[in-house]
Amino acid sequence: MSRTAALYGAVGVAALLAPLVFPAFQTQLAFLWVMVLFALTWDVMGGQMGYNSFGNVFYLGLGMYVTAVVQRDLYFDVEEYAHVAGAVGTLSAGEYLTGLALGLALAGVAAVLAAAVLGSGILGLRGHYFAICTLGLGIAAGEIAGGIDYIGAGSGLVTPVFPDALGRRGMFFYYLFFALAVATFFTLRWLYAGRFGLAINAIRDDEDKAEAMGIHTTRYKTVAWCVSAFFLGIAGGGVGNLVGFIDPTDVAFAGATFGVWMVLMAILGGKGTLWGPVIGAVIFHVTQELFWTYLFGWQRVALGALIIVIVVFFPQGILGWVRQRWPERFGHRVDEEARAPGGGA
Amino acid sequence: MTESLLTADGVTKVFGGVVANDNVTVAVPAGAIVGLIGPNGSGKTTLFNSIVGHHPIDAGSIRFAGREISRLRVAEIARLGMVRTFQQTRIYGKMTCVQNMQISVPHAREGLRTMFSRFPAEVTEKAEGLLEFVGLYAKRHLLAGDLSFGQQKLLEFAMALMNEPRLLLLDEPTAGINPTLINGLMDRLKRANAELGVTLFVIEHNMRVIMNLAQHVYCLAHGQLLAEGPPDEIRGDQRVIDAYLGAH
Repeated sequence: MSRTAALYGAVGVAALLAPLVFPAFQTQLAFLWVMVLFALTWDVMGGQMGYNSFGNVFYLGLGMYVTAVVQRDLYFDVEEYAHVAGAVGTLSAGEYLTGLALGLALAGVAAVLAAAVLGSGILGLRGHYFAICTLGLGIAAGEIAGGIDYIGAGSGLVTPVFPDALGRRGMFFYYLFFALAVATFFTLRWLYAGRFGLAINAIRDDEDKAEAMGIHTTRYKTVAWCVSAFFLGIAGGGVGNLVGFIDPTDVAFAGATFGVWMVLMAILGGKGTLWGPVIGAVIFHVTQELFWTYLFGWQRVALGALIIVIVVFFPQGILGWVRQRWPERFGHRVDEEARAPGGGA
Repeated sequence: MTESLLTADGVTKVFGGVVANDNVTVAVPAGAIVGLIGPNGSGKTTLFNSIVGHHPIDAGSIRFAGREISRLRVAEIARLGMVRTFQQTRIYGKMTCVQNMQISVPHAREGLRTMFSRFPAEVTEKAEGLLEFVGLYAKRHLLAGDLSFGQQKLLEFAMALMNEPRLLLLDEPTAGINPTLINGLMDRLKRANAELGVTLFVIEHNMRVIMNLAQHVYCLAHGQLLAEGPPDEIRGDQRVIDAYLGAH
């Protein structure tokens, strides 16, 4: 127990100091926590429940738009704002924070509602059918968003200018995402240890059996998607502001980048484990940044090679491999002293 | 006469041109152990699947605890207190034995708050107690998928008991289990029936087991009910012997 506490403490201190030690990399470090959030939320469905979703990016984009629209409509005239691409004057720190907080909260609510509605329809599908259906979801959302004038249509939506009074932008968002990632991590840790966690694990291992045992499978599946969507929606609201410009297909519903990365990071670290997505996200993000810096021009090729290496050599992910190698570290053991009286088996 | 806990009345199930169950009528009284035998392909598992709501039936009625259940879904029927085990044993392979047991608690009343709750200590104690009952206590922290086939059967049985069913449908509980373990399993089935008050409805090919266990036996052949009666009578029934020897 104390070792776990020491681990959490070390990670926490390192994370709190990181933007101060590397002030030039604050935005990249903020994105590190975004990646952790992506992987953690994807793993609820893909890892713990065995439902590979390629459409989680939908909740990300939804969160972005909801937050940005709330921020805009609270203080600006929609017409004028669109005309000058957001440059209609700066907000005070208080106004900005109010808009952001309200926007993020509504992003969470909207994502949960969307997941509940979509889940009750799509989650009747299993396996590949579900995966393909969610793939369509992300693509369709991007196309639809590109046709709605109110949210900027194809030319996108600019988020309000970050007020100088709040200090450095990178620093602000770093701590915002760090806090959100920590909250997500501990919420999931709590949920996985209880009834919810075991129920979605049971659905992953044998859904027919789970049904035969009376588990409310549809209800658990829908709630799992809502949990995932909630944190991803809020994260989306933050990402929109960090990027500063919401393009419907390249930023909001970016299936080919964010959407694929979510899956890769969780698989790389070890899907179905708590720390796996975190480890996977860190390794993936650092590698990716290095590729951009040192292999510019070839960064996509290098990324593709990395993906192949992950899938071929670590199909179970880093933590999955570790767990297979040292199962007793994960509490899988035979109690020798109890074996004698138990007998029989 | 009081109604039996489970009554299947004139159940017919057709798959394309194959009549898997033809006007089958069985009754399982509360507290009893009832057997279901028949040659391979005689429709035993189809009858089980019809009873637990796995597929809709084409004719007839199925009543459980005074309620028509032939139109309910699998999970709904399970929550009413009727649980089945599978011929091809099914457990949650990537979870430990204790976790397999914990999640097998009854799910009849389950709101959002319960879904997000932890398992109270009593549930874990009960889970470990039942694992002890089937002789798997020492292996409780192993992944269920790493157990041997026989042990998985025992685990599945323990999971079913964890669900506190009123009626337990067992599909070949002793298939693939070594002879020594079969005696232990039979003993446990009887104890579950006597001590925990679970009514049992058992498909079994092992004649020694079913004759020993059941108070009443139904025999199916070619989807039809061939004979029924006490074990001794069924064993001596020429029609049953013919069916097993392939005279039909």
